[in-house]
Amino acid sequence: MRKTFSFHGGIHPPENKAQSVRTPIADAGIPAQLVIPLSQHIGAPASPIVAVGDDVLKGQMIAEPRGLVSVPVHAPTSGNIIAIEDRVIAHPSGLLAPCIVIASDGKDDWLAHTGSADYRALDKPDLLERIRNAGIAGMGGAGFPAAVKLAVKPGTAIATLIINGTECEPYITADDVLMRERAQQIIEGTKILRQLIASEETLIGVEDNKPESLVALRAAAQGTGIEIVEFPTKYPSGGEKQLIEILTGKQVPNGGLPSDVGVICQNVGTAVAIYDAIVLGRPLISRITTVTGDGVEAPQNFEVLLGTPMNYLLDKAGYQPDKNNRLIMGGPMMGFTVPTPEAPIVKTTNCLLAPTEAELPSPPPAQACIRCGMCAEVCPVTLLPQQMFWFAQGKEFEKLEQHNLFDCIECGACSWVCPSTIPLVQYYRASKAEILQLRSASEKSEHSRVRFEARQQRLERETAEKEAKRAARKQAAEQRALTAAEDGGAEDPIQAAIERAKAKKAAQLAGAENAPENELEKLEKAVVTIRKRLDTATAKLEQARIEGSDLVVALQTGVDKTAAKLAAAQQALHDYQSANSAEPPHKEPADAAQVAIARAMAARAADAGLSPQEKAQAQLQKLQQRLEKSRAKLAEVRADGAEDKIIEALASTVTRLTEKISAAQDQLNELTDA
Amino acid sequence: MALMRITSPHAHGPMSTPRVMQNVLLATVPGIIVLTHFFGFGTLVNIFWGCIVAVACESLALTLRRRPLGFYLKDYSALVTAFLLCIALPPYSPWWLIAVGIASAILLAKHLYGGLGYNPFNPAMAGYVILLISFPLQMTSWAPPRGVGELPGLLQALQACFLPATYDATTMATPLDLMKQNSSLLVEDVWLQNPQFGRWAGIGWEWVNIAFLAGGAWLLYQRIFTWHAPVAMLASLALMAALFYDGGSSASGGSPLFHLLSGATMFGAFFIVTDPVTSAVSVRGRLIYGALIGVLIYVIRVRGNYPDAVAFAVLIMNFAAPFIDHYTQPRTYGHQNTPGEN
Repeated sequence: MRKTFSFHGGIHPPENKAQSVRTPIADAGIPAQLVIPLSQHIGAPASPIVAVGDDVLKGQMIAEPRGLVSVPVHAPTSGNIIAIEDRVIAHPSGLLAPCIVIASDGKDDWLAHTGSADYRALDKPDLLERIRNAGIAGMGGAGFPAAVKLAVKPGTAIATLIINGTECEPYITADDVLMRERAQQIIEGTKILRQLIASEETLIGVEDNKPESLVALRAAAQGTGIEIVEFPTKYPSGGEKQLIEILTGKQVPNGGLPSDVGVICQNVGTAVAIYDAIVLGRPLISRITTVTGDGVEAPQNFEVLLGTPMNYLLDKAGYQPDKNNRLIMGGPMMGFTVPTPEAPIVKTTNCLLAPTEAELPSPPPAQACIRCGMCAEVCPVTLLPQQMFWFAQGKEFEKLEQHNLFDCIECGACSWVCPSTIPLVQYYRASKAEILQLRSASEKSEHSRVRFEARQQRLERETAEKEAKRAARKQAAEQRALTAAEDGGAEDPIQAAIERAKAKKAAQLAGAENAPENELEKLEKAVVTIRKRLDTATAKLEQARIEGSDLVVALQTGVDKTAAKLAAAQQALHDYQSANSAEPPHKEPADAAQVAIARAMAARAADAGLSPQEKAQAQLQKLQQRLEKSRAKLAEVRADGAEDKIIEALASTVTRLTEKISAAQDQLNELTDA
Repeated sequence: MALMRITSPHAHGPMSTPRVMQNVLLATVPGIIVLTHFFGFGTLVNIFWGCIVAVACESLALTLRRRPLGFYLKDYSALVTAFLLCIALPPYSPWWLIAVGIASAILLAKHLYGGLGYNPFNPAMAGYVILLISFPLQMTSWAPPRGVGELPGLLQALQACFLPATYDATTMATPLDLMKQNSSLLVEDVWLQNPQFGRWAGIGWEWVNIAFLAGGAWLLYQRIFTWHAPVAMLASLALMAALFYDGGSSASGGSPLFHLLSGATMFGAFFIVTDPVTSAVSVRGRLIYGALIGVLIYVIRVRGNYPDAVAFAVLIMNFAAPFIDHYTQPRTYGHQNTPGEN
């Protein structure tokens, strides 16, 4: 008998496993439609390689992996691709995700496939490639691509291969029935894994609450050298780190991987999937899912095609929606609620739990934390949940990190024992998310700080270089003057003056080709820029006028000033062009901007002379003109059958203008009455 | 029916805070029975009146803080405070003394700091110390135990509480007082010359302590708290007493057994030191916290000016609890060091 160890804390919640193991694994059959999410694993989502309308065969790859940490997706049955679009999936976020929808043809025709019964002949890269191509992601719940986990860094010796048959979560029996009914496949899959990573010892860990599984596995493992290890039931023994401690007494170092202590861990379901992939050549297209809870009449385990809508599966077990208060994917400790029963079964769906209110009551309001410390007693990673709760409430993130918040595995044991029913795990999840967000924000700002500093340095360096050059030139000039003085030639000053004049002339001649163009360009650019500015300013002014804003006067001044600047710039350009008459004087006789300026100025001048009543009248007229324009535009757009958004926007403009007109009318009426 | 969307875990264990508090109340029953047997109905009257004042003060504070009354009163924490303080008070205390103590405990020590779970000091002990400093005479008047003096009846007990001016109390020094005041007699002679001493400690007191020990053991069995703090406190108190026993000379502070079974030792160890809110949180922290309380109890009992020392020792260590917490964080899975050592 192998010595097993224990981990800190842990709880013994009611197991509720008996109700779903009364019958053998049932075949869930083929639903009319399968919705297959592109991301059923940790890592990059797969990208589709089929198009809507394509016919696919069972087992055909329909989406290929993208990047290293990714796995492909296969058609679970034969049929026709009817959509590739965002659908509701089972994810804690409740967001939609891209899915491929297959209308099954009921024939369930396989793609031609062959396995290799003699896997011993296959080498490691070949095995890994086959595992990856079969779309295998960890089936215990996390869904980490199995091939990535198995591709250990070269040089890392793996002493122990652990196959996880713990299944410590209450209610779930998917692995239990798998071990009872398919022990032989598990052992074969385990042998493939053992060959792949060349482990010294191979253990299958099973809690002592699954005696039938233990018997089946022990019989199947006879003479294989694979050891079946039984240990006392305690939640969360099935956590990878906890199981490693139970079986080896070693702890995975903080921030490290199990391979750092020479251990690799895989789930029993994954072992079977690997057996299917290597020996039978079948990709991962179905799994065992427990359907349980008092909300179903016949709790049991199903072999179900991936992509099967949950309600299809629930109905097979006699779902009673009116009794069910929440639908949980996974177990009661770590599972998450599913937004709607239409969500599909995925590679990680080990359980669908449909409890009644009496079975899993809604959480009562939390009471004050009395720091009783029951949470710290049960924490499997030896944290101080009560302290972390305080810090989480006070958003003391530094203290939270110092208390190793990120080591929390969110097993829920602390919340389970909390006498004040405080949702502790929720606090930790939220704090983790907030800290990660802050980290990424601070990384960003750090990045821009570095960039800013680099720029600052570059500018300083350039200035310094310029300064150095100037100093060198100055020195050279002084040196020359000094040499000249020393030479003491009487002709020297004159000669120097002549030289200077010559040089200047030469420079002028040389520069003549470039300089004017530069100048011209500059002036033209100036005109364009100022014109643009003027346009913007005029538009703003118009807007302000319509809205009757207080800023009209300020904006008017701005427009006037800009107009003056534009006139000056244009004058300069004009002068320059006539001076260098190589270019034609002015191409645009009267440009739109100038006209607008003139109009604006005229309007202003006119405004100045108007009485308030007349002004209001003018305002009203303008608004009416605008309204007509907008209406015409709206009609045009409607006739064109443009997008709803555009029509809506225009319609709202019309409404707004109508309102403004009525306001202006009122104002005018008031003025008139006065 | 719309499906609920909440985060895990979805299941919850059987323990609840009201149940924790009810268990604590239940566990005081043996101690109260023995107290009543040896000292008469005084403690029961204390508790009766104390509970009324406590619920009134709690309701007042909750109303002022605009908190739902029913929800918070149902946590039983006010009753626990009332029970603990009233057990610690001398029997036959006047009504105003109890009222001042309870009001200080609940209004000052508890709600001014934010209510249940936020108080840095044990409310019952804070109330006790306020009374001890303000009304030393009333707070040190213990009735003689059964067999040594006359025990008042229920009516007299009520009279002592509610009409204190008309009640003429008989009081007697407690064994702890006698031991502290002794400077000339051998421990053996102190025992012989005073009728208050029994087999191991004071008459009555030894059984009161054993009863509270039994209540505490039941709470331990119920896993309401862990053994670390109380055992550390009792062990360090016994160790201090053994170190300074001095063979029973006139300078002796008394035997370890005498200290373990005198005054509020067992009551303090299982009902005060174990108060989770104000104690250290980690296992190592609770060991240190309890042990230092034991040391302080001995020092104050033998060298200090007050007859018993549990309240002062606990309050002093309440101050130190956050500091202890800082240095006693446990080693997390997969980490080399405890965070405090990094």
